[in-house]
Amino acid sequence: MPDATGLELIAQAVRAELGDEAVVGTSFFREQATLQVAPERLHDVIGYLRQADEPWDTLMSVHGCDYLPEEPRLGIHYELLSMERVDRLRVKTRVGVDDPRVPSVVDLFAGANFHEREVFDMFGVEFDGHPDLRRLLMPEDYVGYPQRRDFPLGGEPVMFTFNEHKYPRWYD
Amino acid sequence: MEVTRTPVNGGRAPQDLRVRQLRAQQMLRDESAGKDLDEYVEERLLFTKLETAQNWARKNCLFPLGFGLACCAIEMITVIGSPRNDLARFGAEAIRFTPRQADLLILSGRVSIKMAPIIRRLYDQMLEPKWVIAMGACSSTAGMFSNYAVVQGADKFLPVDIYVPGCPPRPEALIYGIMKLQDKIMGTPDMGWRERYNAYGTEEKPETAIAPEAELA
Repeated sequence: MPDATGLELIAQAVRAELGDEAVVGTSFFREQATLQVAPERLHDVIGYLRQADEPWDTLMSVHGCDYLPEEPRLGIHYELLSMERVDRLRVKTRVGVDDPRVPSVVDLFAGANFHEREVFDMFGVEFDGHPDLRRLLMPEDYVGYPQRRDFPLGGEPVMFTFNEHKYPRWYD
Repeated sequence: MEVTRTPVNGGRAPQDLRVRQLRAQQMLRDESAGKDLDEYVEERLLFTKLETAQNWARKNCLFPLGFGLACCAIEMITVIGSPRNDLARFGAEAIRFTPRQADLLILSGRVSIKMAPIIRRLYDQMLEPKWVIAMGACSSTAGMFSNYAVVQGADKFLPVDIYVPGCPPRPEALIYGIMKLQDKIMGTPDMGWRERYNAYGTEEKPETAIAPEAELA
């Protein structure tokens, strides 16, 4: 991981290249460097980091996240790795739940294909420019995005002696 | 447990093979009669109902489908495939890897909602009479997976005959389940599941099978 100063230098370089509004902020927490990015500039930022002077040439994973009480709710995290320098950088972006749209990075990192499909499946984030945005894990005709925090847990109530009173006259 | 052995010929002294051979020859030449003949017939004939004989044959040649779902599958494989547990003792070890030749489906593991239609299709493809064992907590009741991805009990979409509890069940438990199923086959083979599950119309009939001329057209 770059240290706090290194992270600020990276953010400075990105801002100089792509404009001030591209990087929303930085955070350095528990030795992990995170670059917070505006969702509409995400493709530009990752494209720049991929071929910067000190490049991050591998995308390790793409995650989705739901920060329910906060707004904007959905977060998408990109874990970048430099194989040469053995160095990692995290890029985060946040989108609202009413129109969750993020540019796809499949043209930069082909390995992002299934990761983005999974985030689409579980959180409903639509990746513009993705070649084949279908559900990955859930059935094709499934309704809803099950990893969102407001999605019902599902299952059935299981009755034990301690919660028997919650289901009065269960024996009928 | 004390093991007692019952001699096959009712406690009489074992006869010499040569004596038996001579008697059989006498039989064929119509030379034996009376008490000898009665004894001979009594020794060799068994009277029973046709249904009982049929069920007896069915219960002793169960063909499990080679089909696993999750971690219980490992335990199921050790039961139906390993010489240590030796399911051949109970006549159920001939695993078939196509549903057309199998008549016992062991649901070994959690049933995800994406897998459920596939399992139902496998079940429909199996020839009747057919039986299902829900092995383990997950396929019986979804176990600890009380969530959006897992069917809450496999009996939501197909008739289940035997539920084997455990997480996973020990091999003895599954063998006990299979033996219970054999008892059930001996008694009431289908238990009227078509009525219970309103499953009329799922039988494979000759007219619903693919006709050769339809395939040519």
